[in-house]
Amino acid sequence: MSKAFLVLDDGTVFEGESWACEGETFGEAVFSTGMTGYQETLTDPSYHKQVVIMTAPHIGNTGMNSSDEESKKIWVSGFVVRNPSPVVSNWRSERTLEDDLIANNVVGIKGLDTRAITRHLRDLGSMRVGIFSNTELTREEMIIKVRKSPQMAGSFLADSVSTLEKYIVPAIGEKKFTVVALDLGIKAATPRSMSERAIEVHVLPATSSMTEIMALKPDGIFLSNGPGDPATMVDAIALVREIMAAHIPLFGICFGHQIIGRALGFDTYKLPFGHRGINQPVKNLRSGVVEITAHNHGFAVAAPVEGNFNTIYGAGFVSHICLNDGVVEGLELLESPVFSVQYHPEAAAGPHDANYLFDQFVTLMTNAKVSNA
Amino acid sequence: MPKDQSIKSVLVIGSGPIVIGQACEFDYSGTQACRVLRSEGIRVILINSNPATIMTDPEFADATYIEPITPEIIEQIIIKEKPDAILATLGGQTALNAAMELYERGSLERLGVRLIGADIPAIKRGEDREVFKTIVEKIGGSSAKSIICHAMSECIAGAHILNYPVVVRPSFTMGGLGSGIAYNQNDLELIAGAGLRHSPTTEVLLEESIIGWKEFELEVMRDHKDNVVIVCSIENIDPMGVHTGDSITVAPALTLTDVEYQKLRDLSIKIIREVGVATGGCNIQFAVNPADGRIIVIEMNPRVSRSSALASKATGFPIAKIATKLAIGYALDEIQNDITKSTPASFEPTLDYIVVKVPRFAFEKFPEADTKLTTTMKSVGEAMAIGRSFPEALQKALRSVEKKGTSFHWNTAGVTKDYLLSAMAIPTEHRLQQIQLGLYLGASVEEVFSATKVDPWFLAQIVAINEIAQQIKSAASLPDDLLRIAKSNGFSDTQISELTGQSRIDITATRHRIGLRPVFKTVDTCAAEFEAHTPYHYSSYDLESEVIPRTKPAVIILGSGPNRIGQGVEFDYSCVHAAFALKEAGFETIMINCNPETVSTDYDTSDRLYFEPLTLEDVLEVIYAEELAGPVIGVIAQLGGQTPLGLARGLQDAGVTILGTSPDAIDLAEDRGQFGELLEVNSLDAPTFGMADTFEEAVAIAHRITYPVLVRPSFVLGGRGMEIVYDDESLAGFIQKATEITPNHPVLIDKFLDDAIEIDVDALFDGEELYLAGVMEHIEEAGVHSGDSACVLPSYSIGSALRQEIRSATEKLARGIGVRGLINIQFAVVNNSSDIEKLFVLEANPRASRTVPFVSKATGNPLAKCAALIATGKKISDLRGLGLLPASGDGVPKGISVKEAVLPWNRFRRNDGTGVDSVLGPEMRSTGEVMGIAKTFGEAYAKSQTAAFGALPLSGSVFLSLSERDKKSALEPARTLSQLGFKLFTTQGTHQYLSESGVSSELVRKHSQGRGANGELTAVDLITEGVVGLVINTPLGRGTRFDGWMIRTAAIQRGVPCITTIAGFKAAVAGISDLQGKSFGINSIQEWLATSE
Repeated sequence: MSKAFLVLDDGTVFEGESWACEGETFGEAVFSTGMTGYQETLTDPSYHKQVVIMTAPHIGNTGMNSSDEESKKIWVSGFVVRNPSPVVSNWRSERTLEDDLIANNVVGIKGLDTRAITRHLRDLGSMRVGIFSNTELTREEMIIKVRKSPQMAGSFLADSVSTLEKYIVPAIGEKKFTVVALDLGIKAATPRSMSERAIEVHVLPATSSMTEIMALKPDGIFLSNGPGDPATMVDAIALVREIMAAHIPLFGICFGHQIIGRALGFDTYKLPFGHRGINQPVKNLRSGVVEITAHNHGFAVAAPVEGNFNTIYGAGFVSHICLNDGVVEGLELLESPVFSVQYHPEAAAGPHDANYLFDQFVTLMTNAKVSNA
Repeated sequence: MPKDQSIKSVLVIGSGPIVIGQACEFDYSGTQACRVLRSEGIRVILINSNPATIMTDPEFADATYIEPITPEIIEQIIIKEKPDAILATLGGQTALNAAMELYERGSLERLGVRLIGADIPAIKRGEDREVFKTIVEKIGGSSAKSIICHAMSECIAGAHILNYPVVVRPSFTMGGLGSGIAYNQNDLELIAGAGLRHSPTTEVLLEESIIGWKEFELEVMRDHKDNVVIVCSIENIDPMGVHTGDSITVAPALTLTDVEYQKLRDLSIKIIREVGVATGGCNIQFAVNPADGRIIVIEMNPRVSRSSALASKATGFPIAKIATKLAIGYALDEIQNDITKSTPASFEPTLDYIVVKVPRFAFEKFPEADTKLTTTMKSVGEAMAIGRSFPEALQKALRSVEKKGTSFHWNTAGVTKDYLLSAMAIPTEHRLQQIQLGLYLGASVEEVFSATKVDPWFLAQIVAINEIAQQIKSAASLPDDLLRIAKSNGFSDTQISELTGQSRIDITATRHRIGLRPVFKTVDTCAAEFEAHTPYHYSSYDLESEVIPRTKPAVIILGSGPNRIGQGVEFDYSCVHAAFALKEAGFETIMINCNPETVSTDYDTSDRLYFEPLTLEDVLEVIYAEELAGPVIGVIAQLGGQTPLGLARGLQDAGVTILGTSPDAIDLAEDRGQFGELLEVNSLDAPTFGMADTFEEAVAIAHRITYPVLVRPSFVLGGRGMEIVYDDESLAGFIQKATEITPNHPVLIDKFLDDAIEIDVDALFDGEELYLAGVMEHIEEAGVHSGDSACVLPSYSIGSALRQEIRSATEKLARGIGVRGLINIQFAVVNNSSDIEKLFVLEANPRASRTVPFVSKATGNPLAKCAALIATGKKISDLRGLGLLPASGDGVPKGISVKEAVLPWNRFRRNDGTGVDSVLGPEMRSTGEVMGIAKTFGEAYAKSQTAAFGALPLSGSVFLSLSERDKKSALEPARTLSQLGFKLFTTQGTHQYLSESGVSSELVRKHSQGRGANGELTAVDLITEGVVGLVINTPLGRGTRFDGWMIRTAAIQRGVPCITTIAGFKAAVAGISDLQGKSFGINSIQEWLATSE
């Protein structure tokens, strides 16, 4: 255990102790407020190139197990924790958190005032960060290195997280639908949520073409979450326009939602410090009901919340907003079978309040089948 | 839809006296409810029999009825006040049961008033265990296997099916009352027998044992639009088998993965929907098998509970306040989060700190009682602490409990690992300390887990604490880094000084020299995601402090810490009043307290709240931080009872200004020598006394001052260890016990004034003028602790000459002591043989007393507010000018007010399962109080009895068994009872005495005689079978007379009012005679105060 430093873009330095791997790492500094679910967070590809600061002080208490991982590896580029657990206590635990971080070459830092860092990011916005442990560098040298690391805005990251080979998640029970899920950084819980609803899910690489997709004769197409700036997703946006023109039921979440937003002609923009947590109140503007949801997004879609909007695919409306700050959290078209949400109906980690959205997708596909029959 | 416009007035039902399982958390919730309703322009009508609460202050409701919470009285109030709705979900089980009774009687429908916050079918579904089980099954959860029983034979048969041990739970009781774990048929007969009696539906549930499973609670809220949020998860460190109120608990849950936590969340949401709690909060408890994660739903409370108060303080999400808003029609997303001021209440708080709650027990008050912790709640209070890590929060919480031996120590003299491992297997209040010391002595985490089933995660944290202690102990000198680590793991300077052998002062000095001080973080509901606008702080050894600079001068008010017998809600009342008064006077008010149940720890009460332990170190660090933030005038220590008073000297020595009465004055009043001189100078009398170091000395003193004498160890709190003895033999017995309690401490022996009348006085003094607020007369004779004695205001047997003498003595003492604020004095009046009244001073306390709220309510003058203002420089004449005190003269009570104490006998059992004796004595043992106010003494007393114990019988039979010395004085009330048409049952001696005096009664057999040849009942049978409606039994000495004890415990268990003093007997007869043929008259406090009597 040696001294370690968390160095922010604006020159602020926090001192802690090295943890997990020693070395240097860079990324966008983001904080996550979930009190449970660190394993799901670490294995969520959306956190690629991000250094995650956990606001909950004790992390690692329940260890790591193979059934809760959202992908095959840990994606975060750095992990910041106040009090990592010295022991693991849970009947499902197979490994310790620190061992898994080391196996995935993740540089960590512990023993610092995570609340102070969070308040700093809240007030000044997300920014680049570096973690340096066991280092000979001076503070100035560390700050310069952080300022030379890549920015999140303008980052194209989908190809580094997407699957290279397509794979199939079979339907549980009798198969009723085929869905193509475009992997922009998909989490295991998403195809699982669909397979539980009698959907056979074909997970395809992010670079798949319309022809490749249509060859599978999908009843619906799903756009996953993922890391990076949606403005860089030029090909995916073009693909989405083709899908919408073809009137195939389309459901997008998180990054997928932002791509749909851009395909509809809306802008996306970077939030000051993003939404990352599992306690975010989202209001369904159609039902008036509030759902507590899992969020992980640094960008958002700029769409008009009041009334309907018009697109070349017909009229649509903002279906959901975040009650904390009014950010657009859902889009729905009235004349095309298209809807999307900015958050995570598959949860993992987080509450299950929004899993009705998968049922809504099923309804959309059922209706499409009926009208095509 | 926002507010329901059809609701113009609401009747709020309070929770009555503080009892174990239902404490001042319902003053907190009820006060919030009243505030919310009034701020919405709704007329508030309140009923609560407990005068010591903030909610019963006249300004919190439009019409406040300090009346017994019975359906009859509530009906009268409804008829008089015509409320549109009743809110009964914020007054604990008492309020909910009252609402149920009103419903069963058809009163709601008949009087055209509706319940808001919960409906009757939902309450029934939540509370009826059989129905609840089917609901759990329906939504896909599982319950412990169980069998509902309505008779003992069914219980015995059921236990055979489930296999021992079985858990016994009576239906519709609170705080686990009457429940327990039966390991065999003997246990079962005792526990289920009592359970069947306690349950209003004569129903108990036998359940498969899940002892040792992990235990969790979720606080859930739902609105009328079906939005549901989980406010907080709580994990019990003590696994299943110990009532959650008696468990050490932590928030948030720390040993569940997200997958497992979400299962609990999903179940909670399905349950609240299926039960149909339409709006408001509920609490759902789960057990989780540590081996395989199997989840069992234990129970739900379809109302705001003790855990909701804890969850509110732990998260900053005010459950009671939100529940009230939901009840009047708002939805969660229409309510703003007070703390962020920018986000809605429809979210789930997230914590970036750890909260630990530790219960406080009072077994020392009930030496006979079984100290094992079970499913019946036995603790009397709790402390909560917040830290940035579990070790920090845990160690802060342990020292917040303020009880010797509660903080961890590393002194292993006299204990072994093996002893501790076997001791910790049985849960008691000392279990966590046994675990910690056991681990320190080398017990492995596995060994401790197998003995206790405490989750290994918590054990590992304690191991880490022990390792730090070991490092400090073995270090030649204390390195700065180690000191830093120790502080961030919650070690106090005192603990470090014990480990190093250096003085505490040296440790503190070292710490300050290296700049090692705590920072103050904010409880903000959102882990800093949004800016917090409410300065609700806690300390932590971390980097960044969040205390904001200010310009207004501040006054710091020290609260009273965890509730305990002798220091309860009445002191919180005074602290809250000080905060209100000083805020109004233009000061910035800062509260320090660690009791999560209270109004004082509501972030709305003061300008700034520090949730901190009340130790010198912790308080000084807050003061330091606040002095950096802006000007601090000083600290008020006289309102929170003994806890802050005990800190006053240390604070002054550290250079802090104590406002009001000085520490020197406090010492003077407590030091017998100095106080004796003061009495002498002023020609005041006190009972003769002596101090003995040996038994021989004690006997000599007792003979000199003559028996009976009151003996006690030289240092006592709340009357602990006091006893009245009548002869050498019992003196010898006491000396043996007392010297065991405090070795090398002398014993005090006072002349006990037999048959004296005891007087309690509360007064204000500003250095010049005395304001005599109230002269209360105890109904029980001297010898019963003033906290346990019923008392009446105004006094009824004090003539004007004596009253003048009392006033003058009070003024002399207040002046002599140097009081600036409140003083409470206890006097005894003895009527000697020539019928001349003589006044004795028993003790003087220069601080707020337990009776301050009672006197304030009876006279309409807010004494605690006045005391706070005097402490900050106002004069009594100023207060008269402000209208806080009458324009001239002393306090004038409106009507006749009786205060009665409520005692927790039914909570405690001996090791053999039998009840503890219920005789009143010089040790205080009551947990709470009620007030009855009426035009006559009889009616006021009858109201107080009804509120405390249930209605006095107006006809039927009374059982009398009197000690020899009481027979004469009991004759007249016995005769009156007989004339009022009661049938009297008596035991031999009493029977003979009464019949010789011309009062007829039926002779019954003593318990020790057993039933007669023809099945004639014994005294105990009479009570157990419900033949008599009132028991009068006066004992001589405590616990010695087996028959008397059997009679009293039978009465307690059967719920029959049991009076153990002649004075109480006389008052009860006055009450009965007053009440026969008519019902209680009711008047709101506002109506009483408007009278110009």
